[in-house]
Amino acid sequence: MVKFNAKNLNIWFGQIHALRGVNIEIEANEILSVIGPSNSGKTSFLRMLNRLNELHANFKMSGWMEFDGQDIRKIDIEGLRKRVGMVFALPLPLPLSIFENVAYGVRMHGEKKRARLSEIVERALKQAYLWDEVKDRLGVSAFKLSGGQQQRLCIARTLAVNPEVILFDEPCSGLDPISTAKVEEAMLKLKKDYTIVLVTNNVKQAARVGDRTAFFLSGELVELDRTEKIFTAPSDKRTDGYIRGEFG
Amino acid sequence: MRKLKEFFVERFILICGLASIFFVVLIFLFLAKEGLAVFKSVRPLDFLLGRNWYPISEPAQLGILPLICGSLLVTLGAAIISIPIGVACAVYIAEIAPLKIKEVLKAGIELLAAIPSVVLGFIGMVTLVPWVKTTFNLPTGLTALSGSIILAFMAMPTIVSVAEDALYSVPKTYKEGAFALGATHWQTIYRVLLPAASSGIVAAVMLGIGRVIGETMAVMMITGNAAVIPHSILVPVRTLTATIAAEMGEAVVGSEHYFALFAIGIVLFIISFIINVTADLFLHKRH
Amino acid sequence: MRNTQRSQKIAFFFLFLATLLIVIPVGLIVVIIIQKGWPAINWQFLTDIPRQGMRAGGIFPAIVGTFYLVLGAIIFALPIGLLAAIYLSEYAKDNILNRIIKLAIINLSGVPSVVYGLFGLALFVVFFKFGASILSGSLTLGIMILPIIITTSREALESVPQSFREVSLSLGASKWQTIRHIVLPNAIPGILTGTILGLGRAAGETAPILFTVAAFYLPQLPKSIFDQAMALPYHLYVISTQVPNVDEKIRYGTALVLLTLVLFMNLIAIIIRYNFRKKKKW
Repeated sequence: MVKFNAKNLNIWFGQIHALRGVNIEIEANEILSVIGPSNSGKTSFLRMLNRLNELHANFKMSGWMEFDGQDIRKIDIEGLRKRVGMVFALPLPLPLSIFENVAYGVRMHGEKKRARLSEIVERALKQAYLWDEVKDRLGVSAFKLSGGQQQRLCIARTLAVNPEVILFDEPCSGLDPISTAKVEEAMLKLKKDYTIVLVTNNVKQAARVGDRTAFFLSGELVELDRTEKIFTAPSDKRTDGYIRGEFG
Repeated sequence: MRKLKEFFVERFILICGLASIFFVVLIFLFLAKEGLAVFKSVRPLDFLLGRNWYPISEPAQLGILPLICGSLLVTLGAAIISIPIGVACAVYIAEIAPLKIKEVLKAGIELLAAIPSVVLGFIGMVTLVPWVKTTFNLPTGLTALSGSIILAFMAMPTIVSVAEDALYSVPKTYKEGAFALGATHWQTIYRVLLPAASSGIVAAVMLGIGRVIGETMAVMMITGNAAVIPHSILVPVRTLTATIAAEMGEAVVGSEHYFALFAIGIVLFIISFIINVTADLFLHKRH
Repeated sequence: MRNTQRSQKIAFFFLFLATLLIVIPVGLIVVIIIQKGWPAINWQFLTDIPRQGMRAGGIFPAIVGTFYLVLGAIIFALPIGLLAAIYLSEYAKDNILNRIIKLAIINLSGVPSVVYGLFGLALFVVFFKFGASILSGSLTLGIMILPIIITTSREALESVPQSFREVSLSLGASKWQTIRHIVLPNAIPGILTGTILGLGRAAGETAPILFTVAAFYLPQLPKSIFDQAMALPYHLYVISTQVPNVDEKIRYGTALVLLTLVLFMNLIAIIIRYNFRKKKKW
């Protein structure tokens, strides 16, 4: 089943042409890795999927983008973002307690019952492999956690609203190798229930977790294929050059 | 339900966002409504350039030139005192003072800004006015000079803080470049920093002057309030603001005198409008 | 080389001198007022009505009047100012309307206080027929402090990191929910600072209340918002210029009470700001 379908997608931020004629289909329950050097448009592409680009004052788009067969621009924006969650590059806990961080999205969607919230928070924290580390101090500020714990908290916060898709925007760029391994482990486990799009600077990470990999350069989608194919026999020599570290 | 509520909340926010425009227009409209009526009895040019302000004589003479001169003289005096001192102090705080002293000085400047003008006026009355009287051997110490000195203190917090911001926002690389060429700290300040911050400093001076022209209570308490064209800084003068404050209490609503005081208000409103808009242009020039 | 060093020394000395020229008088003003005003301060002075044509007794009605005026001003200005700040920080786009609003705020903050007095007289006292009353005075002061509240609140709102907004929106919260639950709570210290600075300004201003509320001599407390009232700054003006032979002690005492009130509010604002900066989590 196709989750997202982009056809000849172009976007601009003011004068900057950030995505150029991108055609892509994202399947349900796959992990799609998106790689490319900085300013290649990969994050702009990711933020297209939950319409976060629209926060930019001079954002413009042309072409077609659909989610579950519906024009993405016609979907109620809060409903879309509830279904398409996002984990950001740096751990970004909200200035609230651990519990309230995870409960935030659910509360905003109208859940008021404390018991139900507790249940959801516990489930989400367990899914993100954080429950055992924080279950005795749910009331303390989320800023008290380590960087890796904060990032898993952000994953739990995203899971709590029960999305269908999770977007990861370079989720391990600020983490040490051990924390990175934990986050990757969580991602692989989540795959069976969620569609995952992972933007990463770390080519090896893309190779480790992605089912398919997309390579962006200067706003264009250069190549999209099964991950093994991309990393063993890329059809475009720019892709080959990038994964061998010739530019970045 | 949530959508509907938010729709109304956001409309309400927009309305409040427009409130400042609404109030500026409202102020101008009501000043105009009451003030323009005076031009039924006196021509605008005679009002602005008339040399006699006798609002309650019969017939009333409504020339505000003496008041304009009073305001100008006091403001000029305050500017001459406050600009060099204020800019120098801003340079000292921004560039020379050690961090701890800097914090203390900034707090001191904020303190000065917070002192109500009526308190400064009172202090001026009991300390400065007698001093001016004896020093210059005058019949009265209630003079334009006393007003200028007190007003200089009211302008300085504005000048210091805006000028300091301007100096502070000069890119560090300018300074490093000058140091690299072997310039001393002082050479760097007056050859590089001051020119680079000049538009911000001009804005600081203008905002300071704007504050002085609009100041009312302190001036009224210590300038003697004589509505004659001053020939020296050591005589009593009366400013535009003080005239309004002193006479509105006695003016009958709807009388010529009442209208004339509102017309003075229009003059002040326009002056402050021009000063603030120009200062803002200077302030944002470098961005 | 030695020459440039010497000119630097001389220049820095003059800069230092200029700074002293500001700081020393400020210190002196405060010291003189405390020294000469302190003997006047006692329980009776603070709680009694003025007697013998304001030459004796206390300043209680003026304190109460100022309290009512400031309270009224803030009730009016805080909601409007805060919402206007929210509009500017969260909703306004970079267009001509936004520029006009900013220009209006700059202009509003530059209008001379006595012109506010005229405006209040024309609109509230005469046009709306509120008369010289606490209501008229409060509204006039409220409009006067509006730009202070808008500017400081806006700065506080804008200093909340954009990433918090993005996180909240990405979880499906609406724009208003994001503002209400994330942006506002984190901007409260800054908003509070601005509000208190506005209060201080309103408490110390005389010109806007001259024709809108202030009573020359009213030895009783106001009973409703349609009553006239005495106010501290105006009372100081009256006893130092309009009433002959007032004991110097009473004048200084009144000045001290007013100064203390205003500086106390500023001090609180500074402390809030300082603590907030220290505790800031991001």
